[in-house]
Amino acid sequence: MAAPRIIVVGGGLAGLAAVIKIAEAGGNVDLFSIVPVKRSHSVCAQGGINAAKNLKGEGDTTAQHFDDTIYGGDFLANQTPVKAMCEAAPAIIDLLDRMGVPFNRTPEGLLDFRRFGGTLYHRTAFAGATTGQQLLYALDEQVRRHEAEGKVKKYEGWEFLSAVIDSKGVARGITALDLRTMELRSFPADAIILATGGNGAIFGKSTNSVVCTGSAQSAVFQQGVYYAKGEFIQVHPTCIPGEDKLRLMSESARGEGGRVWVPRNAGEKRPVKQIPDSDRWYFLEEWYPKYGNLVPRDVATRAIHKVVYEHGLGLDGQPMVYLDLTHIDRATLDRKLGGILEIYEKFVGVDPHDEPMKIFPGMHYTMGGIWVDFNQMTNIPGIFAAGECEYQYHGANRLGANSLVSCIFGGFVSGPNALRYAKGLEGQEGDGGHAAEIARQSEINSKLLKNEGTENPFKLWRELGQTMTEHATVIRYNKGLKQADGKIVELLDRYKKVNLSDRSQWANTSFAFARQLKNMLELSRTIVLGALQRDESRGAHYKPDFPDRNDEKFLKTSKASFTGAPEGPRIEYEEVDTQFIKPRPRRYDAAK
Amino acid sequence: MADRTVKIEIKRQASPDAPSVWESFELPWRPGMNVISAMMEIAANPVTADGRATTPITYDSNCLEEICGSCAMRINGKARMACSSLVDNLEQPIRVEPLSKFPLVRDLQVDRSVLFENLMAVKAWVPVDGTYDLGSGPRVFPQQQEANYPLSNCISCTCCMEVCPQFNEETGFVGAATIAQVKLFNNHPTGKVFKEDRLRALAGDGGIQECGFAQNCVEVCPKQLPLTEAISDISRDVLVQKAKDFLRG
Repeated sequence: MAAPRIIVVGGGLAGLAAVIKIAEAGGNVDLFSIVPVKRSHSVCAQGGINAAKNLKGEGDTTAQHFDDTIYGGDFLANQTPVKAMCEAAPAIIDLLDRMGVPFNRTPEGLLDFRRFGGTLYHRTAFAGATTGQQLLYALDEQVRRHEAEGKVKKYEGWEFLSAVIDSKGVARGITALDLRTMELRSFPADAIILATGGNGAIFGKSTNSVVCTGSAQSAVFQQGVYYAKGEFIQVHPTCIPGEDKLRLMSESARGEGGRVWVPRNAGEKRPVKQIPDSDRWYFLEEWYPKYGNLVPRDVATRAIHKVVYEHGLGLDGQPMVYLDLTHIDRATLDRKLGGILEIYEKFVGVDPHDEPMKIFPGMHYTMGGIWVDFNQMTNIPGIFAAGECEYQYHGANRLGANSLVSCIFGGFVSGPNALRYAKGLEGQEGDGGHAAEIARQSEINSKLLKNEGTENPFKLWRELGQTMTEHATVIRYNKGLKQADGKIVELLDRYKKVNLSDRSQWANTSFAFARQLKNMLELSRTIVLGALQRDESRGAHYKPDFPDRNDEKFLKTSKASFTGAPEGPRIEYEEVDTQFIKPRPRRYDAAK
Repeated sequence: MADRTVKIEIKRQASPDAPSVWESFELPWRPGMNVISAMMEIAANPVTADGRATTPITYDSNCLEEICGSCAMRINGKARMACSSLVDNLEQPIRVEPLSKFPLVRDLQVDRSVLFENLMAVKAWVPVDGTYDLGSGPRVFPQQQEANYPLSNCISCTCCMEVCPQFNEETGFVGAATIAQVKLFNNHPTGKVFKEDRLRALAGDGGIQECGFAQNCVEVCPKQLPLTEAISDISRDVLVQKAKDFLRG
């Protein structure tokens, strides 16, 4: 039998990690990515990567990392895979170090670690404030090496459209679109791994990159893959509001001592530097004395919301608060945070060494995603998922600097498992469903190109983003969620009248976007309806009408399945694996 | 000022063989607007300044925070990233064109895969034995890390190649970005095992000798890489390597 052929979709950390493992084990990989893989969204991660290496004499352990992650996620994550991830993390850091990631160092030449939210330990390894970039490059370089040896073939500039599924419900490949020639093709594979990242575009403006639409996740969801706990999305407390996107201001700014505050008086007129300490309200430090500015993101985000909207203390009446680094010396800031301070200065025009930054929470990450088992395989045999696009490592809220480790770990688990699965796979009947899937996709494409209507897809997208941001982010009410679902249904209807201003068959970005938009709309219903049905507050999901966690009813993973019916996806609930750590109340105003 | 507008002119070309045309747009101004948000506005309302319907602009972009390297283009004649080009800092009408040294795909989109091919040719990686657990990496002192980190910040935007007078079909010059990566990997305690291979790859036609020291690269680099320093260091190493290879016969 020929060596198994695996398709990996997505070239961020998770996808590249999977590719490396497969190539190393002798498999052949076709790697699909919308952008050249070196430009994937992982490049945006800033602050660092967690591993309990205990190099600061604090007695940190992988068991502590495990407990912090489960507790930070409000007990909604299955514990078996999270435990395995935390135990694997130290060796992952060593591997990245061996690959040449320029991690910051101690004077003795060892790895340096900083603090991050939701823990009291120095557990976060970092390369300045561009850790994601450095990690992505290291894996990109290793993949290039395997590419040079002929083990990996890259399809950059191709967009995944769907899985090819045979008559027995087994995946046999994918269909994809060449974004330059607009050619539609199917590609055979014995197993496929989706590593397609986040879905920030559903919220219009977010910290995510342009390609993070969730389109691939939605496509396989509509083909029968479960989408799990979609209602859990992370709003990052510190972003720089912008016209085109919300730019992240890393948690590492607080990890290195940054303080969040507002003037105590709503009508404060003095220039920021002349406001004395006594007139500044460091509300996180006051409310959470033990963790201070390093409470988990959901907690910090709600606190900022409260200060702005309930206390009316946003800066100049605007929804913004200060993130202040000016008390830290310039050289330290440059060495540890240079990259992000440069971003702030470039986009805002103010030097954060001298003046506090103005920040506000923004959509950042999805804890929910494609349902997978502990081997990273979905409920459709042969479709695997890894990285942000799947659901399993972060429960109801992700801790900062756990995403990079979960991406790489998930990739490392999915690659070998996909290969093992592929080796045991029986031959397909007929063409494995390729012709039928190509026909289905081709029909969708030609209909969209010919469609006569009045709706501009980019405008529909703006409306989707507004409604999702308003009703399905920091604070959720059932009334608003119902309104949002009604709006999505309206947008799905108006989508039928979408009119492409560009009907050409060459590098047609409106066409590709319109296809993504349909998938965004379908996926957004799992977020809204999942939130509507979850009448409790847990981690990032907060309902003032149901302020407490309800373990009896909702210590469960929601699993959405596509119905195609007007009432939207069907949601069922699955028990959470809590065999190692018994759920206990989650609070950050005291040591846990 | 509700009616303040932004004037922007964009060079369009429907395909590699099609003729190019300039289109003008007048868009509502918003605070903090960058060239990307102007193009997003055009996508949502694809109408030129003289009221003619047109198509959304094709361009590469992804992170929009100057770290992915996608959105390099010529803005008011200068190679730069569209995301960090704030409208308020630019003279109007803002003139936007594709990079000129790379094969054009459509509008502002060009094919820059040559850089990734060059990185493969110089083996820009650290040859690890495998991804299994082999313990910690080599010790690196902070001084070394601080020297290497800036080189590792290259975002592959290719601005340095666009502005280099020597980067053209005639010379086949690899360009500054690749040379900087050679320095980075030759500095690495494990990466340097391929040092000689990398230097030889830069020794022939299209290699480092094509550099004319115009120094445009270092001026245009959005990430302030020490490119000219890398070029002089690697030039010297290539010469030494050539001499060694000559003596070895």
